[in-house]
Amino acid sequence: MLELIPNQLGFPLLSLMIFVPLAGAVILLAVRDARAARWIALLFSIAEIGLSVPLLANFDGSIAHMQFGESLPWIKDWHINYRIGVDGISVLFVGLTALLTTISIMVSWTAIQDRVREFMIAVLFLEAGMIGVFVALDLFLFYIFWEAMLIPMYLLIGVWGGPNRLYAAIKFFLYTLVGSVLMLVAILAVYFSAGGTFDVLALMNHPFGHTFQMWAFAAFFAAFAVKVPMFPFHTWLPDAHVEAPTAGSIILAGILIKMGAYGFLRFSLPFFPSAAISWTPAIMTLSVVAIIYGAYMAFAQTDFKKLIAYSSVSHMGFVTLGIFALNSQGVEGGLLQMINHGVSTGALFLAVGVIYERTHTRMIADYGGIAAKVPVYAAYLLIITLSSIGLPGTNGFVGEFTILLGAFQYKAVYAVIASLGIILGAGYMLWLYQRVAFGTVTNPHNEHLQDMNLREIAAALPLLVLVFGVGLYPNAAFQVMHASTENLIKHVQAKAALAPVAAQAANALLGQ
Amino acid sequence: MLKYILIPLLPFFGFLIAGLFGKYLKERAATVAVGGVLGAFVFAVSAFIDVANGTIIDENFYSWILIGNLSVNVGFQIDQLTAVMLMVVTFLSTLIHIYSIGYMHGDKGFSRFFAYLELFTFFMLVLVMGNNFLVMFVGWEGVGLCSYLLIGFWYEKKSAADAGVKAFVTNRVGDFGFVLGMMLIFTTFGTLDFTDVFAQATPQLAAQNIDLLGIEVGIVTLICLLLFVGATGKSAQIPLYVWLPDAMEGPTPVSALIHAATMVTAGVFMVARCAPLFSLSHTAMNVVAVTGAVTALFAATIGLVQNDIKRVIAYSTISQLGYMFLGLGVGAFSAGIFHLTTHAFFKGLLFLASGSVIHALSGEQDMRKMGSLRRKIKITYAVFLIGSLALAGIFPFAGFFSKDEILWSVYNAGSLGRSLWMVGLTGAFMTAFYSFRLIYLTFFGKSRMDHDVEHHVHESPPVMTVPLMILAFFSITIGFIGMPLIPHANLFANFLAPVFPHVQHGGTDHGLEIGLMIFSVLVAATGIVMAYVWYVRDTRIPDKLAEKFSGVYTLLLNKYRVDELYNYLFVDGLVHKLAGVLHRIGDVKIVDGAVNGVARLIGQASERGRKMQTGFVQEYAFIMGLGLVVLIGMYYVVK
Amino acid sequence: MIPLSWYVLLSAALFTIGVVGVLTRRNVFIILMSIELMLNAANINLVAFSHYLQNLTGQIFVIFVITVAAAEAAVALALIILLARNRGTVYVDEFNIMKG
Repeated sequence: MLELIPNQLGFPLLSLMIFVPLAGAVILLAVRDARAARWIALLFSIAEIGLSVPLLANFDGSIAHMQFGESLPWIKDWHINYRIGVDGISVLFVGLTALLTTISIMVSWTAIQDRVREFMIAVLFLEAGMIGVFVALDLFLFYIFWEAMLIPMYLLIGVWGGPNRLYAAIKFFLYTLVGSVLMLVAILAVYFSAGGTFDVLALMNHPFGHTFQMWAFAAFFAAFAVKVPMFPFHTWLPDAHVEAPTAGSIILAGILIKMGAYGFLRFSLPFFPSAAISWTPAIMTLSVVAIIYGAYMAFAQTDFKKLIAYSSVSHMGFVTLGIFALNSQGVEGGLLQMINHGVSTGALFLAVGVIYERTHTRMIADYGGIAAKVPVYAAYLLIITLSSIGLPGTNGFVGEFTILLGAFQYKAVYAVIASLGIILGAGYMLWLYQRVAFGTVTNPHNEHLQDMNLREIAAALPLLVLVFGVGLYPNAAFQVMHASTENLIKHVQAKAALAPVAAQAANALLGQ
Repeated sequence: MLKYILIPLLPFFGFLIAGLFGKYLKERAATVAVGGVLGAFVFAVSAFIDVANGTIIDENFYSWILIGNLSVNVGFQIDQLTAVMLMVVTFLSTLIHIYSIGYMHGDKGFSRFFAYLELFTFFMLVLVMGNNFLVMFVGWEGVGLCSYLLIGFWYEKKSAADAGVKAFVTNRVGDFGFVLGMMLIFTTFGTLDFTDVFAQATPQLAAQNIDLLGIEVGIVTLICLLLFVGATGKSAQIPLYVWLPDAMEGPTPVSALIHAATMVTAGVFMVARCAPLFSLSHTAMNVVAVTGAVTALFAATIGLVQNDIKRVIAYSTISQLGYMFLGLGVGAFSAGIFHLTTHAFFKGLLFLASGSVIHALSGEQDMRKMGSLRRKIKITYAVFLIGSLALAGIFPFAGFFSKDEILWSVYNAGSLGRSLWMVGLTGAFMTAFYSFRLIYLTFFGKSRMDHDVEHHVHESPPVMTVPLMILAFFSITIGFIGMPLIPHANLFANFLAPVFPHVQHGGTDHGLEIGLMIFSVLVAATGIVMAYVWYVRDTRIPDKLAEKFSGVYTLLLNKYRVDELYNYLFVDGLVHKLAGVLHRIGDVKIVDGAVNGVARLIGQASERGRKMQTGFVQEYAFIMGLGLVVLIGMYYVVK
Repeated sequence: MIPLSWYVLLSAALFTIGVVGVLTRRNVFIILMSIELMLNAANINLVAFSHYLQNLTGQIFVIFVITVAAAEAAVALALIILLARNRGTVYVDEFNIMKG
C-alpha cells in the first residue's frame, strides 16, 4: 500500500512549483512592455527549474511511496482534498516540464512578436497546469488541472498559430474534450462506487468489480488514448502540431501527449488491473499498429512538422507497447521513452522552429543543401535525427531496446512487428534529413541562411546533453523509477489475481 | 587498465577535437587525427603482447542499463580474437589516415573527414572490444552511422547522399535480426554478456526447441540465424549486399578502411565471436556456409563485367566476404578470421591504389577511359599488381594462404563441403580473371584517356605512396603467419585456438592438400592468362562475346537487376506507394473522415435548431406564455 | 358595494392588455408602458383583496411595488435612451444582433 510521505523540506515545494508560474502569469498582467514580459516569463520559468533541483536531489528512489506530500482539505462535504505528491513515475516529468517550458520561452523570444505578454501568460499558466497534472493525488484536483491545461494550449494554437489555426485548435479542443468528458463520468462513477473518495492512493486499493472495471477502464482509456495519441485517435495531433507555434509544439510533443501514458500508469493500471489485463492484447495491437502506421504516414508527408507529428504517433506506440507489456523492462523502458521522446521530439520541433523563423516555410521541398550554409544547424539536426532513430549511445536506443525487450517477453510477435518500425524510422528520418540538409541549395532564399545564434544554441544545448546523458547513463533515470514501477507491477498482478473468475468470464465475452 | 580504455578513447578524443575545432584547425586536424589512431595502435600492440603472454582482459566499467533482471554493463574484453582485430583495425586505420592527408588535401570538408574517420575508428574498436552483445551493438550501429556519414561525405551529390541512406537502412534491416537475436538470447540465457552466454551454450540447450508459427525450431538455431541476418547486413552478403557497391560514392580512403578492411568484416567477426553458439547448430552453420559460397560466386560474376574501377573491387570485396563466411560455416573459424586479416591488407591496398589511380586521373573512375598507365605511375602499378596477385591467390602472396586454408577446410566438410568447394573454386577462377582484367584495362594496352586527363597524369605524393608500399609489403608477407602443412607453423591458428571451439575440419592427407593447392593456383593462373588474352592480346574477344551472349552480359552489367527489384518492391512499393495510399485513404478519408463526419452531422443538426432563434424577445415571450398555458392546461387535464 | 369579482375582472383585463402590448408592440416605450400596466393590474388585485380581507399587508406591498416600478422605469428609460442614441431607433425588431 502506497503512502503519502509528508514533505520534509520545510517549504511546500510542489505547491510552489504549481504556484510560481501562476504568480508569474499574474505579475505579467501588470506588464505592458513586450521585452519586460519576455524576461519576466523567462525568469519565472528558470525559477521553476531551480525548484526542480531540490525536488530531484531529495527524491528517494529506493521507496515507492509518494514523496513531498501535501494534503489540505478543500471541499469537505464531498471529501475533496488538495493532495499532491510525486513518486518515481511522475517526478521526472515535473523536471522535464520545467525544462521544456523554459526552452519554449527561449525559442519564442523573437518568433512571437504579437501579444507577447498574453503569450507568456498562456505558457506560464500551461506550465502550472502540467505540473499540477503530474503531482495531483486527488482525482478531482487532477481533473481540474487536466482541463485547465487545455485552455492555454487551445489559445496558443488558436491565437499564435499558422494560417489554419482555428480548425486545428478546435479539433484539438474537441478531441481532447470528448475523451475528458467520458473520463469525468468515470471519475464520478469511481467516486460513488468507492464510497465517496477522490483519494488516488485509497482508490488504488479499492476492489472494484470486474464489469465495473471494464467500463471505467474504457472511459479513462478514451481520455488517455486521445492524449497519447493512440491509433486511431491520432488525427488531431498532426493538425495541432502543424498550426501550433514552435513553443506550442514543443510543449505539446514534450509534455502534453505524455500525460495520456502517464494516466495509464497512474490511474488505469492500478485502479482497474483486471480490466487492464483483459484489454492488454487489444492495446498492444493498437500500439503496434500505431508504430507501423505512424511510420508509414511519416513517409507520405511533405510538411516538416507533419512528418515529426506522425513520427510522434509511432514513437508513442512504443511507449504504450512497453507500458502494457507490464514487466519491469517494458514499463521502465516506456517511462524512459516518454522522456526521450519529450527530449528528442522537443528538439526536433525546436529545429523546425529555428529554420521556420528564417524561411517561413515548413515544406521539406523548400529546403535542400542547407548543410553547406548552416553547418551548426545541420550538425544539431543530425544528432537529433539520430536520437530519434534510436542510435545506440543516444537516449532513443535505450528506451526502444528496453521496450522491445519487455514486449518480447510478453509476446514475441509484438516485438518482432514493432522492430520493423525501427527500420521504417531510420528510413523516414534519414530521408527527411537528406532532403533538408543534403544536396545542393535549390531554393534561392536559402542562399544566405543564418546559422543558429547563441540564444538558440543555449536553448538546444540542454536537450543535447540529455540525448547523450540518458544514452550513456540511463541508470540515472532508471534508478528513480525502479521502486515505483516494481510496486506498480506487483500491485497490478496481485490485485488482478483477486478476481480471476470474473476476468475469465469477461475474456470469454471479449472472445479471447 | 587505463591503456586498454585508451585504445578506443584516443580516437574518440581525436574526433572531438577535429570535430569541434575543425574550423580553426583546418588541415592541422589531420595531425590530431593521426595522433589519435597512432596512439591507439601503440596501445593495441601493447595489448596484443599482453594477450600473447596469456593475459585475457575482461573488465566492466560501469552499469549501463539495470532494470529488473536485465543488467548490461559497459565493459571491454580483449581476448585473442579481439587482439587480432585490434591490430588489424588500428594498423590499417593509421595507414589510411596518413594516406588521406594526401588524398583529401584541399577538400573543403578536410577536418570533417578526419573527424568522421576518427569516430569510425572509435566505434569499430568498441565493436571488437565490447564484452557483451549490447556494447558490441553500440559499435555495430556506430560504424554504420560513420559509414552513412562518410559515404554521403560529398553530400551535395545526390547519388552520394542516396547511397548513404541506402547503406544505413539496409544495415538497419540486418540489425532487425541482430536485435531480435539479442532478445532471444536474453530470454534464453538471462544475460547478454559473452562469457555467461557462451558458458551456458551446451548441447543440452541446443536440443531445446521453440515453436515458430507452428514449426519447431531449435532455439540456438533461431538465435544464430537471427544474428546471421545482422551479419549479412553489415558484411554485405546475399540478400543485403546491395548497399556496398553504392557505398563507393564515398571518398576512396573510406572505401578502403570501412568498406573493405574493417567495418564490412564486422559480420564475420560477430559470427566468429559467437562461434560457441554457431557450432551448436548444424542448420545455422550450413546456412552460413551456403550463403557465403553463393555470395562469393554471385558477386564474382557481377565483378566480371563492371567498368568502374572501384565497383570491381567492391564486388570482389563482397565475394571475399563470402569466402570468409564459407570458412566460418564449415567450422574453420580461424581460417575465416585469417582470411579477414589478409584480406584487410590486400583489399585495403587495392582500394588505396585505385584511389591513387583515380587521383592521378583527376577523378576518372571508368576503366574504359584508362589504359597504359603502368609506365606513368609506376609505384601505383607495382603495388596494384601485388594486391591483385594476393587477391587472385597466387603463391606466395597473402591471399593464397588464407583462401586455400578455407578451401581445404571446405573440401573436408562432408558432401555439402565438396559442392561448396566447387563453387568456391569457380569463384576463385573468376576472382583471378576480373582482378587481372582490371590490371590490364588500367595499366596495359593503349591509352583511352581524355586528352586533358592524360596531360595531368602524375604519381601520388609520398604521403600516399608510402602507406601503399607498407601495405604491399604486408600483402606479400602476412600470409606466412598462417603456414599450412608444417606442424605448429600455423601461428595464426595456434594463437586463436583458445577462442574457438574445436571443430574437426582440416584433413590430415597432406598429399591431397598439396595437390589441391597446386590445382587452385593453376585455376587462378588460368584466369590470369585468360584475362591477358582477352584484354591485351586480342581485345575484340570481350566485345564479340558480349554481343553473342548479350542477354547474360546485360544481366551481369545490370547486376542481375537486384537493385531495381528491391527498389520496385521495397522502396517504391512497400514504402512510398503504400504510405501514400494509407495516408490518402486511411488517415484522410477513414479516420479523419469519421471525425469530420461527426462534426458535420452536429453542424447540420444545429443549423436547423438555429432557425428557431429569431432574436426577437417578443417572440420568445410569446412562446413562453404559450408554454405556460399549455403546462397549466395539462395540469388541469391530468387532474 | 362593488363586488370583488369586478376588481378581479378589471385587473385581468388590464393585465391582458399589458401582455398583448408587450408581445405585439414594436416601440420600446409602449412595451415599457405595457409592463407598467401589468404591474398595476397586480396592484389592483392586491388592493382589492386587501380591502376584502381587511388586512393591510396587501396595501403595504403595493407601496413597495410602486417604488420598485418607479426605479425600474427610471433604469429602463435610461437604457432606452442609450439604445436610441446608439442604434438610432426605438423599435425592438431592429435590435437583432443576438440573432443566430
